[in-house]
Amino acid sequence: MATKSPLQDPVVDPMIDPITGEYAVIAPGHNFRSVTQKIAGIVLTGHTPLAWFGGLMVAGGVATMVVIVLTWLFLKGVGIWGVTMPGAWGFAIINFVWWIGIGHAGTLISAILLLFKQTWRNSINRFAEAMTIFAVVCAGMFPLIHVGRPWVSYWLFPYPNTMNVWPQFRSPLAWDVFAVSTYATISIVFWYMGMIPDFGTLRDRAKMPLAKYCYGILSLGWRGSTRHWIRYETASLLLAGLSTPLVLSVHTVISFDFAVAALAGWHTTIFPPYFVAGAVYSGFAMVLTLAIPIRKFYHLEDLVTLRHLDNMSKVMLATGSIVAYGYAMEVFMSWYSASHWEFFMMWNRMFGPMGWSYWVLILTNIAIPQATLWWRKARVNVAWLFILSFIINIGMWFERFVIVVTSLYRDYLPSSWGTFRATKWDYCLFIGTWGLFTVLFLLFARLAPMIPMNEIKMMLPQTKVRPGGADAETVIEETA
Amino acid sequence: MPPREGTYGLLAEFNTPSELVHATQQARRAGYRRMECYTPYPVEEAAEALHFHKNRVPLLCLCGGLMGLTTAFLMETWIAVWAYPLNIAGRPLFSWPAFIIPAYEWTILFAGLSTFFGMIALNGLPQLYHPVFNAPNFRDGATTDKFFLCLEAHDPKFSLTESRAFLEQFSPASVVEVDH
Repeated sequence: MATKSPLQDPVVDPMIDPITGEYAVIAPGHNFRSVTQKIAGIVLTGHTPLAWFGGLMVAGGVATMVVIVLTWLFLKGVGIWGVTMPGAWGFAIINFVWWIGIGHAGTLISAILLLFKQTWRNSINRFAEAMTIFAVVCAGMFPLIHVGRPWVSYWLFPYPNTMNVWPQFRSPLAWDVFAVSTYATISIVFWYMGMIPDFGTLRDRAKMPLAKYCYGILSLGWRGSTRHWIRYETASLLLAGLSTPLVLSVHTVISFDFAVAALAGWHTTIFPPYFVAGAVYSGFAMVLTLAIPIRKFYHLEDLVTLRHLDNMSKVMLATGSIVAYGYAMEVFMSWYSASHWEFFMMWNRMFGPMGWSYWVLILTNIAIPQATLWWRKARVNVAWLFILSFIINIGMWFERFVIVVTSLYRDYLPSSWGTFRATKWDYCLFIGTWGLFTVLFLLFARLAPMIPMNEIKMMLPQTKVRPGGADAETVIEETA
Repeated sequence: MPPREGTYGLLAEFNTPSELVHATQQARRAGYRRMECYTPYPVEEAAEALHFHKNRVPLLCLCGGLMGLTTAFLMETWIAVWAYPLNIAGRPLFSWPAFIIPAYEWTILFAGLSTFFGMIALNGLPQLYHPVFNAPNFRDGATTDKFFLCLEAHDPKFSLTESRAFLEQFSPASVVEVDH
């Protein structure tokens, strides 16, 4: 059966699969070598694009703000931030939760979608994992500096010491240490393991001696032996199986930081699922923020196709709806609980002095995405998705702001009411972490394979094995 | 251990995975046992043809996970009950439900690390030198788009002339003798 060529029928988009009506995951016409050349070429080229240097300069400039703020912070203490009673949890915790939530989409793509055999994920999983790690780097910084004396932050870990002091394991903050450090470690291991065969490819294709040497070391001498591949595939599946409960547990534990406290607005059982869904929501938005410029800049539209954007938008629509349900339940429970404090908290959150932040949240997280993402036209409109990804991440930042600030600043006793005002140091540090994240991501895009070559190859029709050693040409003709 | 000099084996290069799998199956049928396939992506059929079905990575994962679970739980119990007992809102010293969460995280941590390092160790990596890298066509193909079958010299059935003739019948792109 022959497919219609676009010449015979000009209406047919060659990127649309005629059987399913979906956009193709990989543009037709690729073979093993063209995939390798396309992806390895980005890393191995001797000509770094000028725009890359420009981006690095701007992002590096923004990232220096982190250094400046941290220096001042270590000299003066956390008093330079807006944290004070009653709002003792300021930007540091908001930014921590926001960044770590962004990281969760990377793990979801690399682990959960692997277990569900969603092969379209192969094009985006590598840079989504990289995004996870860089987001965790940005996130992990905040609790460490928020402890006030960061030079002794290793006290958070249980280690034998002459003071005979140990962590207190009934506290969610101690759980956080275990959850986040495990998450960072396993994410790095999973990411690196995924790159080992690709480093082997880069070692074999590199022309520069230094590149050969470095990629050779990083590949650990990978030679593509079948026995190695089988163990490697087993390990990948196991790590995916381990990362799945891990990613769910990490944001659950983070939600416990709030939910275990006896404070109206925090003390609810809906927090764990609602936090996890929100994390995935913002993470997918960040994957879009990164994927859209990358596929354009490096001409990867063949490998990161509209199908990917469409699918990611569908995940955002689903998780965004869960988040919307979470908001609705919070409102409902504040009334249904018949608790005076809960009811006041919700009224204050909506119509109090900081009520505007709640409505920004509803607008950016629910109204705008729900009004557009239900339509496929919007889901494959690249420009709109790029804008929307920023809108959603702003919304998710406001979600954490609303949870942290509007629950804290007016608690049970009116005499202890106060307000929260972020200082310039708060803003500079937060904006600085965007720079840090971008710098790390630009370095990754230049030095490591952004798309897993071996996994893309596995999706090509040439991989089909025919008994009796029939050559691939006949296979392609028959499957077409 | 075979002597680390002279011929390591014969390396046949194929253009498609089907040819590789076919050749491997025939080699197995002909009595070859010491052989290995090299492919740019995992080819499960090649592993089937090599009769390589089981590996011990899952076992290591399980052991690591159990070790992490017990380590964390015993550590928390020892710290909370004996080493540093604290009265936290009147809760019992042995408040095991709270201890489950760090124990759960360490289960995953230890299982994940043993999976990764176990896989690396079972594969004998890092091994930066290997004889197959000496083949002139190996590095251009094995990690890109070619499929290799290596009949190793320490197989009792191996003979430089006969094995070469055996491989030639599958019309490979090339058959190369690989030295140590």
